Amino acid sequence: MLRRCLLSGTVLWLTAAAPASAFMAYVSNEKGNTVSVIDTDSWTVTKTIKVGQRPRGIEFSRDGKFVMVAVGDDDTIQVIDAKKQEVVDTLPSGPDPELFTQDAAGKIMYVANENDNTVTVIDLEKRARIGDVQVGVEPEGMTISPDGKILINTSETTNMAHFIDTSTRQIVANVLVDARPRFAEFKHDGSELWVSSEIGGTVSIVDPVKHVVTGKVTFNIPGLRSEAIQPVGIGMTKDDKTAFVALGPANRIAVVDAVNHKVIKYLLVGQRVWHMAFTPDEKYLLVTNGVSNDVSVIDVAAQKVIKTIQVGELPWGVTIAPQ
Amino acid sequence: MSSITVTPSRRGFSFGEYLTCLNGIVWREALRFLHQRERFVSALVRPLVWLFIFAAGFRQVLGISIIPPYETYILYEVYIAPGLMAMIQLFNGMQSSLSMVYDREMGNMRTLLVSPLPRGYLLFCKLLAGTAVSLLQVYAFLVIAWLWDITPPPIDYLTVLPALVLSGLMLGALGMLISSGIKQLENFAGVMNFVIFPMFFASSALYPLWRVQEGSPMLYYVCQFNPFTHAVELIRFALYGQINWISLGVVAGCTAVFMIGAILAYDPSRGLARRGPAGGET
Repeated sequence: MLRRCLLSGTVLWLTAAAPASAFMAYVSNEKGNTVSVIDTDSWTVTKTIKVGQRPRGIEFSRDGKFVMVAVGDDDTIQVIDAKKQEVVDTLPSGPDPELFTQDAAGKIMYVANENDNTVTVIDLEKRARIGDVQVGVEPEGMTISPDGKILINTSETTNMAHFIDTSTRQIVANVLVDARPRFAEFKHDGSELWVSSEIGGTVSIVDPVKHVVTGKVTFNIPGLRSEAIQPVGIGMTKDDKTAFVALGPANRIAVVDAVNHKVIKYLLVGQRVWHMAFTPDEKYLLVTNGVSNDVSVIDVAAQKVIKTIQVGELPWGVTIAPQ
Repeated sequence: MSSITVTPSRRGFSFGEYLTCLNGIVWREALRFLHQRERFVSALVRPLVWLFIFAAGFRQVLGISIIPPYETYILYEVYIAPGLMAMIQLFNGMQSSLSMVYDREMGNMRTLLVSPLPRGYLLFCKLLAGTAVSLLQVYAFLVIAWLWDITPPPIDYLTVLPALVLSGLMLGALGMLISSGIKQLENFAGVMNFVIFPMFFASSALYPLWRVQEGSPMLYYVCQFNPFTHAVELIRFALYGQINWISLGVVAGCTAVFMIGAILAYDPSRGLARRGPAGGET
C-alpha cells in the first residue's frame, strides 16, 4: 500500500514537473530580414533564421512540416523546413507578396501581391503557380471561408473586401468597408466575416451570404487620439465568443465580445502591434510589436499580457506550429 | 478609591509580560486608528487621488521600456501603485511620530514611559503598532486598486507582506527619530516640507530612475541614496514575487540605524528628548 502511494506520488510529481507541451512560434522580422523562432515553454528565441528581403506574411503548412514566408522585396515566398530550421525552397508568387492563406487540405495557396493588384494561386504539391485573380488596388488581407468555397481578399486602396469563388476563381461580390482594409477573418462557424480598416479605425462585420456590412466594432481609448487607433490583425477564439484586435500605433490589443461586438477591455502591448497567432491549445496569444521589436504574450483565459520577448527588427507576422 | 501598588524594580521580565505590553500598545494604536475614521479615509484618499487623477495625466512619463520586475509593458497606474503603497506608509510613519509629539505635549507619553519594561522595547512596540496600522491602510488601498485593474498575482498579496512590514518599520523608525527632535506640535509642518515631500519626489515612486537619469544625473544619484526609493523598490519587487536584494539590504540597514537612533534619542539621560522642555515631559 505504502509502495503504491509512493509510486503514484512520484508519477504525480513527474507529471507536475514535466513542462507544458512546447510549441514553436515563427516571427517574421520585416526589417531584419530574419525569422525568429520562439520556444513557448521557455519564452525565449531559440534560433534566428536568415531569409529574403522584407519578410511579412508567415504561415505553417497544414501538416506542420514547413513554414512559408512572403519575402516582398524578393518577389517570392520562401519555404523553411521546420525541422532543419532553414530555407529549403521558394514558391512562385507575383511581385511584392504580403499576406497569403491556404485551403483546409493545405494543397492550394492564395497570395496577395501588393504591387500587382492580383491574387496568385499556387499548387503547393507541385509548388507551381496555377492561376491569378485580378482584384482591387494594393491587395493585402487574405482568408478563406470555413467551408473552403469563398476566398476573401481585401484591397487597401480600393477599400473593399472581394469575395472570390474558389472553384471558378471569379469575384462574386465586393463589399465596401472603411478606409484601408488590411486583414480579414471568418468566424469558425462561417456566420460572420470581420474586416479591419486601418485608417477607418473600425472592424466591419460582414454577412458572408448577403454580402453586406451588418455592424462595426469601434474603439475608444481614453487619452489617445482616434488617429492612433489603427486596427490590423484579428484573432478569433475557436468558440467564436472572443476576438482580439491589434490596434497598431495605439499599442493596444482590444478584447472584443464577438457576440455583441463590444470591446471588453484593452491590453497594453509594445509599439505598433501588427499580427497575432494563438497556440494550438489556445492558452496563449502571441502578438508582434513592429516598432518596439518584440512579441507580447497574452494569457487568453485571463485576458492579461504576461510577457514580452525581444525578437528581430520590425517583427510583423507570427505563426505557431499546429499540434 | 483605587490603591497604587508599587512593584519593586527587577531585572528580568517574562515573555508574557512583554506580550501584554505589546498587546496594550498595539491595541491602543488600533483603537485610536479605528476611532479616527477621518484619518483612515484621508489615508486612503491621498494615494487614490494620485492613482485616479495624477496617473491619468502622466501616462507618457513611463516611456516604452520594460524594467524589472515587470516582464511586459505596463500602464503608469501599475507602475506607481508600489510607490503609493510606500507613500501610505511614509505618511503613516510621520503621522505616528506626530502622535508621539502630541502624546508628549498632552502627557500621555508619561503613561507609556512609566512602564518598567526597557524603553527600547516600548518604542519598538509603538513602531510595530504603527506598522500594523499602515498595513491595514495599504491593503485597503490594494483592494480599491484591484478594481482599477492593478491586479498582481493573488499569491503576491502575501509575498508583499514582509516587504511592507520592513518598509513600515523603517519609515516608522524614521518618524520616531524625527519626532524626538520636534519640541512642539506646530513644528510638524517642517517635517512635511523637509522630509515627506523631498523623500517622496526624489524617489522611484512616481517615475522610473532611468527617466530621472535622462533628465538630471545629479537627481538620479540623490534618488539612489534616498532610502525611500529602496522601500518602494522592495515593495515593487515583492509585489511580483521577487526580492530586490540591494533594496532589502538598504531598508534593513536603515531600519536598524533609525531604530537605534530613535532609542538613543528617546533616552532622557542622553538623548535629544531631554533637551526640549516639552509639555508632557516637564
